Amino acid sequence: MATPNSPLWEVFIRSRNGLAHKHVGSLHAADATLALQAARDIYTRRGEGLSIWVVPSSAITASDPSEKGMMFEPAESKIYRHPTFYDVPDEVGHM
Amino acid sequence: MYTQALNTSDGDDRHVEDATRSAQFQARIDADERIEPNDWMPAAYRKTLTRQISQHAHSEIVGMLPEGNWITRAPSLRRKAALLAKVQDECGHGLYLYAAAETLGTSREEMVDAMLTGKSRYSSIFNYPTLTWADIGAIGWLVDGAAIMNQIPLCRCSYGPYARAMIRVCKEESFHQRQGFEIMLTLARGTPEQKAMAQNALDRWWWPVLMMFGPPDQASQHSDTSTKWKIKRFSNDELRQKFIDATVPQAQFLGLTIPDPGMTQDAEGHWRYSEIDWTEFKQVLAGNGPCNRDRLAARRKAHDDGAWVREAAAAYAAKRANRPVAQAAE
Repeated sequence: MATPNSPLWEVFIRSRNGLAHKHVGSLHAADATLALQAARDIYTRRGEGLSIWVVPSSAITASDPSEKGMMFEPAESKIYRHPTFYDVPDEVGHM
Repeated sequence: MYTQALNTSDGDDRHVEDATRSAQFQARIDADERIEPNDWMPAAYRKTLTRQISQHAHSEIVGMLPEGNWITRAPSLRRKAALLAKVQDECGHGLYLYAAAETLGTSREEMVDAMLTGKSRYSSIFNYPTLTWADIGAIGWLVDGAAIMNQIPLCRCSYGPYARAMIRVCKEESFHQRQGFEIMLTLARGTPEQKAMAQNALDRWWWPVLMMFGPPDQASQHSDTSTKWKIKRFSNDELRQKFIDATVPQAQFLGLTIPDPGMTQDAEGHWRYSEIDWTEFKQVLAGNGPCNRDRLAARRKAHDDGAWVREAAAAYAAKRANRPVAQAAE
């Protein structure tokens, strides 16, 4: 009954022209061709996409969620990067 | 779909863990944050979810068998195409769920083996036979209807991958229920024989469907921690009551009789049902339902018959991977 574990792939789908490919889930397949076919059958049975990417899960390098505080701190302390930080008098109108 | 009934205990496995981390974890749950695969989680949370999601996945896969039984005998091409699409969806649901369960650290191969060896369960409902075409209607209308009741709250489950899988499943499940109801409606408006066939299917499926929601609240183990962890948002009895209140008017519309002569509507509009035969439920869970042996035998045969395909695909992938780079890039 034992079968070699087949590699895991992450599936990304572009749902409409002009939109980015978005992660929709993962699946197992022996190689890229089979992964693409399986992705079509599993994730696009109702016309969900125009284009599919499959990426070996092992190729993804991820940040560590437990270090998210340190990782994203540089952005949190820089409120002057947002337009709302700056005062523009009402008389100036929309800017 | 069918997880509620499967929350049976395999003993208290709450380890003594880092109290600070456990408290932080519970605080995240209480703040309605989603837990993601690489986040710290108590071992018991991981174990409960692995069991629940994998058994949910097995149920989708085994659930293809009773319906697949009628694909070649569907009464028209339209019905055949719809049933084929529905069975294909169940397979897709099983795969979304295996993928969600795998993020907890158990491989799909291990989970499938646990099902094939009988170590891991699937929903008791699929151990009942589909004797007539009307059973396909009853499954869609009642079994999928009950599954939707159970799955909608799971879309807000605290574990991110499970909740996201459930959102996809729920979107697709609504077609299943409508497809089933349409079959029942056509039969109910057909000849007296067709209507009798629909009634007979309702008679046989009603009680097993009510059992899908699991044991009554006072007898249900595991519920407390599952509720605390926001895996479970409603109790078995609450969901069962919601299902019955939604289904009774549909049966009345069909002109069919729910096989519970003691059923009455109370002052608040809830339909009060008679006692459920829990010995039958326990018997089916213990492996003594009408089709338990058939279902497992069919799954084992499909798994064994497919072994050469998996081996060939792996061998081909290995051969391609070992080719010189220039050739592989042709």
